[in-house]
Amino acid sequence: MTQKSKIRARAAALASDFEAAGALPVETPVLLPAEALLDLYGEDIRGRAYVTSDALRGEQMLRPDFTVPVVQMHMAHGAEPARYTYAGEVFRRQEDDPARANEYIQVGYEVFDRENPAASDAEVFAVMQNALKGVELRAATGDIGILAAAVAGLETTDRRKRALARHIWRPRKFKALLDRYSGRVEMPASRVALLAKDDPMAHGFADIGLRSQAEVAERIDGLRDEAAADPISPLQVELIEALLNVRETLPNALEHIRDLAVDMPAITEATFRLRDRMHALEARGVDVSSLEFEASYGRTSMEYYDGFVFGFYVPGRADLPPVATGGRYDALTQVLGQGREIPAVGGVIRPGILVQLEDAL
Amino acid sequence: MTIKLGVPSKGRLMEKTFDWFGARGVALSRTGSDREYAGAVDGVDGVELVLLSAGEIPRELAAGRIHLGVTGTDLVREKLGQWEQQVQEKAELGFGHADLIIAVPACWVDVDTLEDLDAAAAAFRKNHGFRLRIATKYHRLVREFLQDNGVADYQLVDSQGATEGTIKNLTAEGVADITSTGDTLRANHLKILSDALVLKSQATLFKSRKSSMDDAERAAMTTLLSKLGLEG
Repeated sequence: MTQKSKIRARAAALASDFEAAGALPVETPVLLPAEALLDLYGEDIRGRAYVTSDALRGEQMLRPDFTVPVVQMHMAHGAEPARYTYAGEVFRRQEDDPARANEYIQVGYEVFDRENPAASDAEVFAVMQNALKGVELRAATGDIGILAAAVAGLETTDRRKRALARHIWRPRKFKALLDRYSGRVEMPASRVALLAKDDPMAHGFADIGLRSQAEVAERIDGLRDEAAADPISPLQVELIEALLNVRETLPNALEHIRDLAVDMPAITEATFRLRDRMHALEARGVDVSSLEFEASYGRTSMEYYDGFVFGFYVPGRADLPPVATGGRYDALTQVLGQGREIPAVGGVIRPGILVQLEDAL
Repeated sequence: MTIKLGVPSKGRLMEKTFDWFGARGVALSRTGSDREYAGAVDGVDGVELVLLSAGEIPRELAAGRIHLGVTGTDLVREKLGQWEQQVQEKAELGFGHADLIIAVPACWVDVDTLEDLDAAAAAFRKNHGFRLRIATKYHRLVREFLQDNGVADYQLVDSQGATEGTIKNLTAEGVADITSTGDTLRANHLKILSDALVLKSQATLFKSRKSSMDDAERAAMTTLLSKLGLEG
């Protein structure tokens, strides 16, 4: 058997595992309208996906993942609750590392269910783990929702909270903003000079472009409010940093985060969700006592995940991409649902990596 | 056989390149009519001059179709992934200086840094329903730079020329382009962000890592490089 047909056979076996778990097999196009993906992910997606075009349909992207088309399909005519599985190629532009595949198969399992989010999270994780049994992997988990709740609960201006929430997925920028808002970093000189002016709008430059002078003036008002606002207290910054540094087994992490919630009551609800998920995972037979939980997990590569996140990795092989990844993406369904939304969680496996590992045995 | 030296086929970049080689005893010249892209090399044997668009020189070097080439660092970094593995910088030629920068309308008095740009982009998207547009032809360099610097809610729109005019024409809100003096930007009512120097570029002699050479060609390469005062 060629390598490709081996991978296909492995993909088919995974898909039938997922069908057995209750998922309906679905197909999606390979070419997706670029606009929806660009709107969702921004310019960064162009660095990761292949773009092509024709004079009739305009820009199209070679499917970089299945989540977006599956969500669109579900929002257009899906029954509730729903479980889907799919298997097929995804395409990823690789400009820096020739060793990384630019075309590979993903097999996925997605759950759209309003009833019990903790149970759905646990279901997806357990179904993935079950499908991967027989291969020695390290599982990592996290929860973007806890960090989001901590940001929402900061005692500071709404503007700052919005800016921090917007950059949760860009850790360096997030830290830079936190440093600025807590007064650990001085205001840039150009801003000090701007705010010192009596009438910064009397600048004498030609008014050009779509961004209006009213928008400029509005932002300057915002900058004045920002300069006048009290810095975020050192205690609050410490709490956020302590939360970001939580990295231990799930039961210990839960204890640790509960302790933090005493001083950060805003994360109490999120802590309950973490506890409920842990119990749901246990009920599914997952050994939570050794399951890793990392509060910062999923912040760098998974912008649309907003709750539970997970990945399965090959121990000692940092050169290999994760064998499986997934998470909850409630907000994505809101964006793509045009007014409708449904809680959703899912994951994908890369059978190509599995076959590579099994060959090496 | 001969080794091939790729040189920009037009304008000041070509003339300055000819001057640079001429000062080192290697006379490059165009032959035939003004319109014919043919050239000659005097002063060293076994070297053939290939006149090309500066924008195509990186690709030709990467493909190994030319052994040496003169072009801007900006073009090499934009067009070649993992450029260091495909070409080697032999010499910076000291002309063709240009900075790849990001500029916005001077009337945006609230925007001076990338942090300001990011905040303005977030508000712009909310007000206008689409991402703030930056016109450029350097998509890869600009995207990586903005990503590294935590700017979100922007989009790049392609502009292959007259980029500074896109803002007035309402097809972009900002530009990322090459500038040497900034005069064109100022004339178009734009200003450069203080911390957005994406790349400093100048005309550079590159050697292909992909071209194969026989013994005679290798000897010609050694002779040429030593004449230019460069190490093999």
